[in-house]
Amino acid sequence: MKKFFAAVLAMALAMSCFAFASAEGEIKIGVIGPTTGPAAVYGLAVERGAQIAVDEINALGGLQLALNPQDDENDAEKGINAYNDVMDWGAQMILGTVTTTPCIAVSADAYEERVFMLTPSASSTKVIEGKDNVYQVCFTDPAQGAASAQYIADHKLATKVGIIYNNASDYSVGIYQTFMQKAAELNLDVVAETTFSDDNNADFSVQIAECKNAGADLIFLPIYYTPASMILAQAKTAEYAPVFFGVDGMDGILTMEGFDKTLAEGVMLLTPFSADAEDDLTKNFVAKYQQAHNEVPNQFAADAYDGVYALYAAIQNAGITAETSYEEACELLIAEMQKIEVVGLTGTMTWAATGEVDKTPTAVVIENGVYVGVK
Amino acid sequence: MISFLSHLVNGISLGSVYAIIALGYSMVYGIAKMLNFAHGDVIMIGGYITFCATQYWGLPPVVSVLAAMLVCTVLGVIIERLAYKPLRAASSLAVLITAIGMSYFLQNSAQLIWGANPKSFPSVVNIPTLYLLDGRLLISGETMVTVLANIVIMISLTLFTGKTKMGRAMRAVSEDRGAAELMGINVNATISLTFAIGSALAAVAGVLLCSSYPALMPTTGSMPGIKAFTAAVFGGIGSIPGALIGGILLGVIEILGKAYVSTELGDAFVFAVLIVVLLVKPTGLLGKKVHEKV
Repeated sequence: MKKFFAAVLAMALAMSCFAFASAEGEIKIGVIGPTTGPAAVYGLAVERGAQIAVDEINALGGLQLALNPQDDENDAEKGINAYNDVMDWGAQMILGTVTTTPCIAVSADAYEERVFMLTPSASSTKVIEGKDNVYQVCFTDPAQGAASAQYIADHKLATKVGIIYNNASDYSVGIYQTFMQKAAELNLDVVAETTFSDDNNADFSVQIAECKNAGADLIFLPIYYTPASMILAQAKTAEYAPVFFGVDGMDGILTMEGFDKTLAEGVMLLTPFSADAEDDLTKNFVAKYQQAHNEVPNQFAADAYDGVYALYAAIQNAGITAETSYEEACELLIAEMQKIEVVGLTGTMTWAATGEVDKTPTAVVIENGVYVGVK
Repeated sequence: MISFLSHLVNGISLGSVYAIIALGYSMVYGIAKMLNFAHGDVIMIGGYITFCATQYWGLPPVVSVLAAMLVCTVLGVIIERLAYKPLRAASSLAVLITAIGMSYFLQNSAQLIWGANPKSFPSVVNIPTLYLLDGRLLISGETMVTVLANIVIMISLTLFTGKTKMGRAMRAVSEDRGAAELMGINVNATISLTFAIGSALAAVAGVLLCSSYPALMPTTGSMPGIKAFTAAVFGGIGSIPGALIGGILLGVIEILGKAYVSTELGDAFVFAVLIVVLLVKPTGLLGKKVHEKV
């Protein structure tokens, strides 16, 4: 019996070696993100978005790319395990990690070991701070917070502003802080600041009542769309109808299955990607994604798609091949990232030496269940 | 004053959702003497079945809820048969760990079947909001239905365990499993029935939870499940009225704590009160003190 188990184990080990064995000449990209657990929606979107880009690139012939996606369950320790897995596989660079918390842990190791990282969606500045080899496809949190305050002030959207943010999330807190700084500069009157945490994200009656009693006529929501959908529903129950203003995390609310779109009527958000955009690039991507996965891609999928194309551009310019070691690839990619300009789903992107992306956020308002650009 | 009243109403609304989950928890604990940590996830499955029934198959809300109850009942009995029955003689720790494993199994199965994307649950309650005090105090239809459902369930469970033969068998099994078996009670069938009822209640709880707080995802049941477990302990685990009172108090404390102390400390406040109650009265508010005879 023991021998039998040993044989099965040996087989399994041998199989696992074949599972991600890649063809000769492919450039190996490790992908790390949560594909199970509460944050799985983001990791799966990135994995799928990246795969579409890789399939397109490989279909062109020429340079071939291989992905190895590993699950980090949105956990710092498991992120390090996933990082070790992709490095053992022979990854030459990393697309990831998807969420901020594991990204901070993994990027510290990647900095020590000189592995190039491009994160599609971890937007905290802590991810890139002091690391020359980590780049972002998404906006940093401060950029979003400041841009939102600027936009609200410029367009005189509100006299009194309420905020509901998640104080257990680096993403939400980061945007909140810079929003408050910019709001003070611009003399925006913030009358209510309320918080919630990941463990307490179902009942928002207290937060809504606080904003309502303070007379806020706009509520800023620097949070993801799942709690946002609850806030919209509960504000309606409380018969309170201010303007709701979100950031990129709000994107996806309209594609939430079963969501009553009338709740989102008049919601404004700053986002770099809209699945309803009419350009050919977006239409092609959305069609492919829908065909493969039967759902509308969100911003994370778009960021991952753009991330692969950014890597592709930098790899081509730097002349990286399957034989280039990850240390060499890292230095070459750092030099190239600052030179390239990529036209992607989320806009035209260039990168600063800090790793921060430069692209223009666009404001959209939800009218009759679709995004409408605001001039 | 008005804001205090509206916080109170919101607290009762949240608490009655905890209460309805706690009823199922408490009943299974009281009779099978095991903590069914998968209870919260059966709630989530109930939510998904109702979602599918209303959104994909176009069934009316009442039929959807009945369908969810049916599926959850079958699921509860199967879980009990496959995962808990073989461990009847094992230590309670082994059963507890199996229950936690079952909880993860259900969550990940739901993710495989329905995907990780959250779904927005359309409320099955179609009762208009009630306006009190010149429209300054609102009570939503969901709140009224949940409170009503709690009362109906509590009364019928009390009657069932007090008056019917099956109910009396349940109480006998709860008191002394060995002696009950000697008296000719089929212990396994009784425990299966407990799981069936507990899981049907979980389906109702799932529908009401998602109607009030409409984001449905594979982890929807886990946090309310833990809070409801706390509520059951708070009220005296095993006691049916205790679960109701514990649940509602927990919701009210949480909301008032959030409103008047800090939105960040709502949960800390809840658990601090729990610690105090357990220090003063270790069996919970309505728990009975059982003297062990040697």
